[in-house]
Amino acid sequence: MSLGLTRGFRQRRTVVAVAGEDYCIVAGSTRMSTGFSILTRDASMLLQLTDKVVVASAGMQADRKALHKLLQHRNVTYQHNHGRAMGVSAAAQLLSNTLYYNRFFPLYTFNLVAGLDEQGRGAVYNYDAIGSYERSGYFCQGSGKELIQPVLEGILRRPDVHVPFRTCMALDLVKDAFVSAGERDIYTGDKVEILIITKDGIKREELQLKLD
Amino acid sequence: MLPRPTTHSKALGPGVAGPELAVATSAVLDRPPQPGAHLPLSGAQPCAVDPATLADPRQHTKYPYVTGTSVMAIKYKDGVLVGCDTLGAYGSTKRYKNTQRIYHVNSKCVVAAGGEISDFQYITNLLDELTTDDYRTDDGIELTPQEVHSYLCRVMYNRRNKFDPLWNSLVVGGVQEGKPFLGMIGMIGTHYTDSHVTTGFANQLARPLFRERQQDDMSEEEALKLMYDALRVCYYRDKVSINKFQIAKVTKDGGVSISEPFALDMRWDYKLFAQPTKWAVGAW
Repeated sequence: MSLGLTRGFRQRRTVVAVAGEDYCIVAGSTRMSTGFSILTRDASMLLQLTDKVVVASAGMQADRKALHKLLQHRNVTYQHNHGRAMGVSAAAQLLSNTLYYNRFFPLYTFNLVAGLDEQGRGAVYNYDAIGSYERSGYFCQGSGKELIQPVLEGILRRPDVHVPFRTCMALDLVKDAFVSAGERDIYTGDKVEILIITKDGIKREELQLKLD
Repeated sequence: MLPRPTTHSKALGPGVAGPELAVATSAVLDRPPQPGAHLPLSGAQPCAVDPATLADPRQHTKYPYVTGTSVMAIKYKDGVLVGCDTLGAYGSTKRYKNTQRIYHVNSKCVVAAGGEISDFQYITNLLDELTTDDYRTDDGIELTPQEVHSYLCRVMYNRRNKFDPLWNSLVVGGVQEGKPFLGMIGMIGTHYTDSHVTTGFANQLARPLFRERQQDDMSEEEALKLMYDALRVCYYRDKVSINKFQIAKVTKDGGVSISEPFALDMRWDYKLFAQPTKWAVGAW
């Protein structure tokens, strides 16, 4: 049945995450579009699970909202059962299992989990739609992925776990990446919501992009 | 909502499993399955595809038949305005000119729909069940617009997951804790909330007007004027629409009021309508 029910076509947007020695930056654009129309200019794609873990998902909006709802429920249950917040590696495994549970009718979401691990170093995990994941120092997903990933590769030169940059330089890099992606990708634009995760908590910044 | 066993298709039922599971093994043949309302005849597990239904020639709806066109809604200082026309079109035929596409849920909330009218009537039945439960509980608490929005999101998304969508774009408008609320839900479960929402053609035609002129602290006269302009534009440029509109107003103090159908003054004597290409380069 090609009614578009099987996939959320053309709703992909863009997310980027960069992990450093003691910080993690995750950013997502806030434009929500369908086909060639903009539905709203202010829709968040980041889910803040705890003050150390953020889940960012690009892809079909309905599946993203359903997935985020499910993860939040599991997160609250975890806190009740264990008496403490979820760590980033536990959240990463949870997301992978949740996605694989829908292996034969996938959630059309392309996810990143970002946060600080138990040693306080930044951690970024990237996923495909059915839950295979790996930890990396930086990653991007969504419609601007092909535009941003080569830039990150060129400047950050493939570190395994975290990038050797200070927070301010990594933040500038992420902002530049979004401005560039916003120029050429029609689904990226309006605003970027940036969360900076450090041991002191999560700080939120916004970057205004072009409205076209 | 009272839980009740509903299934849209005998084949899919409450879970989804491949047809391979509904196999007549010797275990099944030794103990012929007794037909029951909840058990497929093949003797397979209830949460599997019943092979008898695979040969069923009936199918889910693939196209909408009687449809409503755009809905547009804006927030203003005291509440929200939701406007749409009263046409139920059968393809290109303007068949039902008296359909009210705005549903009054409770004193805080309205739901309006574009798309298949029969599916919208089913949705109003579901909402009716919820409000009846509220009435029976009799504790003065009503469903808030946010709750109606969440509920309808889940309904639309789960129907889409069963490959049997409700072919509607819904607008939920109301007042929530003294603040205006507006949300939209699409037929595959896409949803968002914003200061102005539209469905259908109004996305292209009315949304630019709203982006330019809508403010959250508009007065009611300004908001009505903006809504009239948007309705006018949609009637001028949408083939399947009529000059008969209804506007629902939900305010903090006044509750819900859905206006009687009214017509707007239209001008068809613009010179450019008569000769649209007169000033265009290269036209004849």
